[in-house]
Amino acid sequence: MASIFDILGPVMVGPSSSHTAGAARIGLIARQLFGRQPDKAQVYLHGSFAATGKGHGTDKALIAGLLGMKPDDMRIPESFEIAKEMGMEFQIAEKDIREAHPNTAQIIMEAEGVKTMKIQAYSIGGGRIRVSKLDGIDVHFSGESNTLIVRNVDQPGRITEVAAALSKCDINIATMQVFRDKRGGFAVMVVETDQVVSKEAIENLEKKEGIIKVTFLDVSGMV
Amino acid sequence: MSYQSMEEVYERCEKDGISFWKAIQLGDASERGVTEEDSWERMKGMWQAMQDSLDAYDPELMSRSRLVGKEGGQMDHYLEQNDPLCGTYMAKVMANALKMGCNNACMKRIVAAPTAGACGVLPAVLVTYYREYDVPEEKMIEAMYVAAGVGQVIANRAFLAGASGGCQAEIGSGSGMAAAAITHVRGGSKEQLGHACAMALKNLMGLVCDPVGGLVEVPCVKRNVGGAVNAMAAADMALAGIESQIPVDEVMDAMREVGVKMDVSLRETGLGGVAGTQRAKEVVEALDM
Repeated sequence: MASIFDILGPVMVGPSSSHTAGAARIGLIARQLFGRQPDKAQVYLHGSFAATGKGHGTDKALIAGLLGMKPDDMRIPESFEIAKEMGMEFQIAEKDIREAHPNTAQIIMEAEGVKTMKIQAYSIGGGRIRVSKLDGIDVHFSGESNTLIVRNVDQPGRITEVAAALSKCDINIATMQVFRDKRGGFAVMVVETDQVVSKEAIENLEKKEGIIKVTFLDVSGMV
Repeated sequence: MSYQSMEEVYERCEKDGISFWKAIQLGDASERGVTEEDSWERMKGMWQAMQDSLDAYDPELMSRSRLVGKEGGQMDHYLEQNDPLCGTYMAKVMANALKMGCNNACMKRIVAAPTAGACGVLPAVLVTYYREYDVPEEKMIEAMYVAAGVGQVIANRAFLAGASGGCQAEIGSGSGMAAAAITHVRGGSKEQLGHACAMALKNLMGLVCDPVGGLVEVPCVKRNVGGAVNAMAAADMALAGIESQIPVDEVMDAMREVGVKMDVSLRETGLGGVAGTQRAKEVVEALDM
C-alpha cells in the first residue's frame, strides 16, 4: 500500500526513481547487510539496468549506496571519485542473469577478515527495492522494515530458537520467511521486526549451535 | 488508510465536516501511526525541498548525454526579453517546469511527484503561484496534501509508472494532481478539484512513454511543460464552473484500461513513439551507451 510520501517523494537525486534512487538504495542496503564499507565491490548490471544504466547514473548511484550515501545525497554524481578517496575498489560489468527482473543488480562485497557476501536485488520503481538473493539463496524482502537475517544450518529447532530469543527481548515479529538451498543444507531466515534488535541479542543468537551468521538491518536512519 | 476512490474521500469529508486536504492528512496519520503535526512537518519538508530544487537550477549544466539542460535558462531569457504568447505568468510556469525537468536529467536533487520524470509539473504550478501571489504558506502545504491524496487514489485505481501505463501515468497523473491542488489554493470546492483532476487526466489520456535511449530527457523534460499548462487550464475550467461529465474515479479507471492496452513498445522501453524515430536512433548511436 503506497503512503502519500511514496506519491510525493522521495526527495532524490535524478533522473530516475527506479534507475537512480532505487540503485542507490540497493547499494546502501547491501552495505548495511555486509555490516561495513567493502574494500572491494564487484557490481553486475542486468537488463534495463545494463541497457540504460549509464545514462541514468545507475552505476554511480550503486557505488554511492555502497559508500553509505542515501538516494538524496548530492554527491551521487561524484561517487566514483569519492570511492577512490574512501579506499573502496570497484568494478562494474554487464551480466545477463537468468529469470531476473529487468532492473536487477548483483553485488559481491569483500573486506579483510570478513566473509565475502553476494547480494542480488531489483528496483521496483518509486525508489523502492526488493532483495532477491543472498549468497546464492533465493530470498524476498524490501528492506523497508527492520529486518533480521539469520543464516543457519537447515536442521530442526533453529526457527523456534530464533523466535524464542526475540520473544525474550520483547520483540514482535511482523513477518517471517524461511529459505534454504537444499534439505539439510544452508538456510536463511528473514524476520521483519517491529522493534530494533539489540547488538547483544544478535551476538547471543550467533553463539547458538547451527547458526552461522546473523545480520540486522536497522531502517530507523535510512528513511 | 489509503483511499481507493475520490468518492470515498468526499464521503469522509462530509461525514466528519472536514476539507479534502484534512481527510488526506488524517488518512496519512492513521496509516503511518504518526500525529497530524508529524505528518504536516514532513509535508512541509517536501514543499521546502521542491522550492530548494527549483532554486538550485543551473542553466550551464547539461545532462550526461548532453541532450538537455539549458532549456530553463532559455525560457527565462525569452520571457524577460519578449512578450510571451501565453502571457508572462504562464511563461514563468513553463520556465519552472523546464528547470525541474533539467535538474532531474542533470542528476540534481528533486522531489518525485509522482515520479522523477514528472517532477516538474507540481512545482511549476504551485511554487510559481506562491511566488507571484500573496498567499500564506499553509495554503500551499494544504495543496500538497490535495496533490498527494489525488495521486494516491490514481495509484490505487490505475498506476503511476510509465513502464506500467505510459506517460499518461506520469505526466498525466502529475497534471491531474497539480490541477486539483491549484484549484484548492484558488478556493475551489472538493467537487471542483475533482473535476479539475478529471479534465486534466482526460486531456492527456493515452500519452505514451517513449524516452529516447530510455533516458528521462527527450521528450520528458518538455512534457513537464505540457502537464503544467494543462493543469492550469483544467483548474481554470473547474473554477469557471465547468464540470467533467465523466466522474473522476471513472476517468482514472479508463486511464488504467488505456494503459493496459498500450503496446509494450510505448511503455518506457525506448522502442516506440519518438524513441523509435530515425533521429532518435542516430542520437543513441552517437551517445555510445
